[in-house]
Amino acid sequence: MGAVAQGALRARPAAGPSGLRRAEARAGWAFIAPWAVGCLVFTAVPMVTSLYLSFTEYDVLRPPRPVGLENYRDMLVDPRLRLALWNSFFYTALYVPLSVALALGLALLLERVTRAAGFFRTAFYVPSLTPTVAVGALFLWVLNPSVGILNRALALFGVDGPGWTTDPAWIKPGLVVMSLWSLGGTIVILYAALKNVPRDLYEAARIEGASGWAEFRHVTLPMISGAVFFVLIVNTIAALQVFDEVYTMYFGQMDSGAGSSAALFYVVYLFRQAFEFLNMGYASAMAWLLFVVILVITLVQLRVSRRWVYYEGR
Amino acid sequence: MALAEASVPRRQVATYAVERPERRVGRMASRLFFLVLLAGVTVVFLAPLAWLVSASLKTRSQVFNGEWVPDPVMWSNYVDVWRAAPVLSWLQNSLVVGLLGAVAVTLSSAAVAFGFAYFRFRGRDVLFGLVLATMMLPGAVTMIPVYLIWNELGLVNTLVPLWAGNLFGSVFYVFLLRQFYLGLPRDLFDAARIDGANYLQMWWRVALPLTRTALIVVFVFEFKALWTDLLKPLIYLYDTALFTMPRGIKTLIDRFGQGGEMQWELVLAATTVLTVPLIALFFFAQRYFIEGIATTGTKG
Repeated sequence: MGAVAQGALRARPAAGPSGLRRAEARAGWAFIAPWAVGCLVFTAVPMVTSLYLSFTEYDVLRPPRPVGLENYRDMLVDPRLRLALWNSFFYTALYVPLSVALALGLALLLERVTRAAGFFRTAFYVPSLTPTVAVGALFLWVLNPSVGILNRALALFGVDGPGWTTDPAWIKPGLVVMSLWSLGGTIVILYAALKNVPRDLYEAARIEGASGWAEFRHVTLPMISGAVFFVLIVNTIAALQVFDEVYTMYFGQMDSGAGSSAALFYVVYLFRQAFEFLNMGYASAMAWLLFVVILVITLVQLRVSRRWVYYEGR
Repeated sequence: MALAEASVPRRQVATYAVERPERRVGRMASRLFFLVLLAGVTVVFLAPLAWLVSASLKTRSQVFNGEWVPDPVMWSNYVDVWRAAPVLSWLQNSLVVGLLGAVAVTLSSAAVAFGFAYFRFRGRDVLFGLVLATMMLPGAVTMIPVYLIWNELGLVNTLVPLWAGNLFGSVFYVFLLRQFYLGLPRDLFDAARIDGANYLQMWWRVALPLTRTALIVVFVFEFKALWTDLLKPLIYLYDTALFTMPRGIKTLIDRFGQGGEMQWELVLAATTVLTVPLIALFFFAQRYFIEGIATTGTKG
């Protein structure tokens, strides 16, 4: 739709006297001025400042002191930083595939029950409206090993649930469970994509005698691959930057033992370095590492996507 | 067209005029199976929220007793948390930040999006490329320098840094709204021009009313984001009275929860107060939530 309309805009030459065209350009600039100013003040200048600060030692109280590459060298040997990176990667690698697979499964289920789909879609979406701090407070208890409803439910099936909030090995899986609870947005996107698959493709597949799986594999999946790719990218970027829930659960005025290592996610560590320990220089360097990591992962995903994402009209 | 779903022919359920009965029974059985499965998943999804509300109404010693129905029902928990902490100010602050920020971002993003969609000027497409590029930038990169700016302006420990940045638009919404403006026929604006409208009136009287749905989507999304945010209030607010609701609840957890006084019924009551307004908003604006998400995912 966008491309067509844009084409229409371009197809019409800017007619009339050049004065009119200049007036149009001036008005255009006036309209985008808020963004232009904001981009300069809140993005461009801060980016440069951040890059500069990453080569300094800075605690806000005293002026920044240039230290060259020291922050970056420190990052190489900082065990907490390595831990934070590992934690974030581990969580992302577990959460992203699970979230997309589960959401796709539920979206497919929704599609099966045409009439009741609206009700269930709402039910699945409501948890993702829960504010992140509330999710953290709530899941501290949902996941509680002895009194939490998750382990109580598992006990009904004779499963002895793990220490989701106390056992360092299970803290990250517990956080993944928590994040999977607010999956609603991903379900809504994939369900919308499923509904956009042209019906006649299914009929053609059926006439050709395709089995249910073949139909899914060769019709459904290619047709929704664009949306799947979108949620993969968005969920990955979001997962690498998780902060609110984790900070609510395991950090704050008192460090809660097991959590402060197993749940030390990258942005949590960055925040603590910047605003709790006032190592603004080091935190700036950390922010740039995060930027590079996200950039590389996104570019790799884009690259790989060319092999499996199908766009109509290409 | 914009948000309206493209009308896709529904899968025809009864294609065959004559259908063998056993086949119909089989189909009904599978449909029943799916319904039961979905109902089961629904219970799993809603159970934590049910637990939250139920636990917030229990006595201190019963909070974790595993019952679903509180007995006795302690409405007084809500009064107690009100007394224990300035919850009313927190709610007010959250509301002020949420409304100001959401209105600001909706209007500014709409103006910028209109600038990019309608006007023809040199460098426009390059600049729009810049908009897209900055969408990739993680917030952590600008977090510290932006804090330094507000610090320099003496506005740290006020509510201003939580919403004023929204006056300059937000790239994600600019991108979204531009899509909608591009969908409007240009003739509409030409007609308005002939009627003597200036550019501002064209935006305000023609473009905005026609993209009302999209504007509500932006407003609702941003309100949710601001209502939920913990990071900025942690960075910018020190005085308890200035806290927003999420920041306040974090304090409550530190004070009454983990290693503190263990008064979880109060924390959970406050958590319920934080959660319920958003869910209420959702039931009023459900369409916009769902369509907004579906659109960003499938057309974005």
